[in-house]
Amino acid sequence: MTPKIEVRDFNFFYGESKVLHSIELDIPEKQVTALIGPSGCGKSTFLRSINRMNDIIAGARAEGRIAIDGQDLYAPGVDVVSLRRRIGMVFQKSNPFPKSIYENIAYGLRIGGVKDRRVIDETVERSLRRAALWDEVKDRLGRSALALSGGQQQRLCIARALAVDPDVLLMDEPASALDPIATQKIEELVYELKNNYTIVIVTHNMQQAARVSDRTAFFMLGKLVEYNETRTIFMNPGQKLTEDYITGRFG
Amino acid sequence: MKAPAKQLSDRIAVGALGLSVVVIVAILLVIIGNIAIHGARTVTWEFITQPPRDGLMAGGIFPAIVGTAALVILMSVAAVPLGVATAIYLHEYTPAEGYSLAWRRFRLSKGRAGRKRLFFRAMSALLANVTRSAVANLAGVPSIVFGLFGLGFFIQFIGRAIDRATQPPGEVVWGQGSLLWAAMTLALLTLPTVIVATEEALRTIPQDLREASLALGATQWETIRRVVLPGALPGILTGAILGISRGAGEVAPILFTGAAYYLPFLPHRVTDQFMHLGYHVLILSTQSPDVEATKPLLYGTVFVLLALTFLLNLTGVILRARTHSRR
Amino acid sequence: MRHFDREIEELKELLLRMGAMVEEQINESIRALLERDSAVAQRVIDADSDVDRMELVIDQHTIELIATMQPAAVDLRFVATAMKITPDLERIADLAVDVCERAIELNAEPPLKPLMDIPRLARIAQDMVRQSLDAFVRRDATLAREVIARDDEVDRLTEQSFRELLTYMLEDSKNISRAIRLTFIGKYFERIADGATNICEMVVYLVEGKVIKHSNEPS
Repeated sequence: MTPKIEVRDFNFFYGESKVLHSIELDIPEKQVTALIGPSGCGKSTFLRSINRMNDIIAGARAEGRIAIDGQDLYAPGVDVVSLRRRIGMVFQKSNPFPKSIYENIAYGLRIGGVKDRRVIDETVERSLRRAALWDEVKDRLGRSALALSGGQQQRLCIARALAVDPDVLLMDEPASALDPIATQKIEELVYELKNNYTIVIVTHNMQQAARVSDRTAFFMLGKLVEYNETRTIFMNPGQKLTEDYITGRFG
Repeated sequence: MKAPAKQLSDRIAVGALGLSVVVIVAILLVIIGNIAIHGARTVTWEFITQPPRDGLMAGGIFPAIVGTAALVILMSVAAVPLGVATAIYLHEYTPAEGYSLAWRRFRLSKGRAGRKRLFFRAMSALLANVTRSAVANLAGVPSIVFGLFGLGFFIQFIGRAIDRATQPPGEVVWGQGSLLWAAMTLALLTLPTVIVATEEALRTIPQDLREASLALGATQWETIRRVVLPGALPGILTGAILGISRGAGEVAPILFTGAAYYLPFLPHRVTDQFMHLGYHVLILSTQSPDVEATKPLLYGTVFVLLALTFLLNLTGVILRARTHSRR
Repeated sequence: MRHFDREIEELKELLLRMGAMVEEQINESIRALLERDSAVAQRVIDADSDVDRMELVIDQHTIELIATMQPAAVDLRFVATAMKITPDLERIADLAVDVCERAIELNAEPPLKPLMDIPRLARIAQDMVRQSLDAFVRRDATLAREVIARDDEVDRLTEQSFRELLTYMLEDSKNISRAIRLTFIGKYFERIADGATNICEMVVYLVEGKVIKHSNEPS
């Protein structure tokens, strides 16, 4: 089975310093792949490289290949804007626009040129259902998104990302700012979503990675140390570094 | 339990600070009160709607009100879009790092890919630096110098050039003081205020909102148009109004660029000269043949001018308070 | 249902399946003994590898569950119970195999009559196993305690039948080999009953969080 995302000899620089070294991995389709590692190991940088969000950072430079469905994202002439439409992203701290709930989700559609009110209505409902938020907000779609609780806001951001029907969903520590109950809801949601989307999730919470993912990649100091089935990583990892990290013997 | 000495010095401090507040408020009240008392008598409906008579010794100030209004409107139309656009460019499109850092990055990138990009980035940072310095310096220029600039550049250079190109020889239409040039001069003066206020408003929009928009596949301009500007609009408006209210009261820049002490007609073309409240105050207080007779008129004019300025300022303050409470 | 709950359900299913297999093995071994059917006995012996495989599968499942789900409180006790019940079940199945091996040997000789209390002992042990699994499924600590109490009865019966068999051996030396084999069988059923008791102790731990192993807690 061809992997959804192929990474070959990927290196990343912030100015002069190299923060990712020769990353190689294949991310399978419609599964959850978790990226774990101590702070500063490059997992977030790598995640953001997948939808080229690092482009907006000063002095950022990428070398190597990341391909989705065989198409290299870093090839010259790639339209980053349309690329980002195929890849959804959810951030660590929920960042809904200061607009109504409805407009937040319609945003992606509107910039895609969709004008038909019915289509937008349907998509808004579908996205909110997929994000397990519909029942809670269906009577107040016109109210400001900022009035929602933290966990609801994050689910709204997930719905917003889903509205443009991406293939891939990137999540950067989506639950780290939430309380345990909200976290659990997000984890359940991820488990549901993987039926339809390829998900890559960065988390500093190892147990979360163990609960939620099918495959886990362990990063350290910008290098990919080990990448395997989550079961294997957490029961019997191949590298001592991995084992030390998982057992909490350092950082 | 503070020592008695400390308590005493505490009390003295509170007293002194309170006293300074009282002094300032008192001064303000005296000024305003003085004007209000003497001016209120003169400000009648007739005063506001009638032109001056008898060589400015009697009558109203209607043309001056019209002139001031026209000037302020033109000035705003020139200053606000330009200022907002400049601020948007500076804040959203130029690199966040300063020029020196960007240049160093370029120098260090010998022989690597993306060198051209780094070069343009450095140049953009340089442009931003220069622009910001220019804006800062512009803010410090004395207003009379603006007036001279308006005369020398707008009127004598550009205006005369237009006249040479479009008018029969000897005819002076653009190369003289007018609403247009006075408004442009004032616009230059208010530009720094608008730019700074707009940038401040843009700065209050958190970066993660822009990232969210970009991640959804929006271009930078779409992000600005749909997310940043709507959020920053209250702050921008506030800054614009404060800038405008400042410009509305300035007299020095319009001395040579279009203000007149008496016109028998109202201005109806941008090339017309105009009467102006602030200028009228200057004329009444320095050129009047009979100081005592014109005193009430003077108070009345000052009253109206102050009322106008206060109104504009109040609008700005209310807007600012409302946007701050909404956040 | 949370996906964690589904994993727990799946584990429960596996345990019940293993329990059913073990009950079947016991049943067939008693049948092989009472009906003197060596073919049945052989089938039981052959089927033991299936039971062993189940134990490995459940082991794998429980470790994975702990690694990936970090169960807590009653969920944790459930997983711990699963890990401790499976070896008991596997040993019970092995004991059934032992019974069958002795049965095959006994069937080679004429029957020693009567079989004393062995059949009754066997039925009680079988009952205890069935009830222990019931108690596990229904999370019934009371039933579990009742089963534990019956272990005394089993011990008595074993002792009794041993003494009777001893008399037989002393009476006629030709009886010795068959009597000894029957003694073994009695012992095997006693140990099956012990296995059921262990399972019940784990059920009490699961339901109440109390460890009554190795204690003399009254029934």
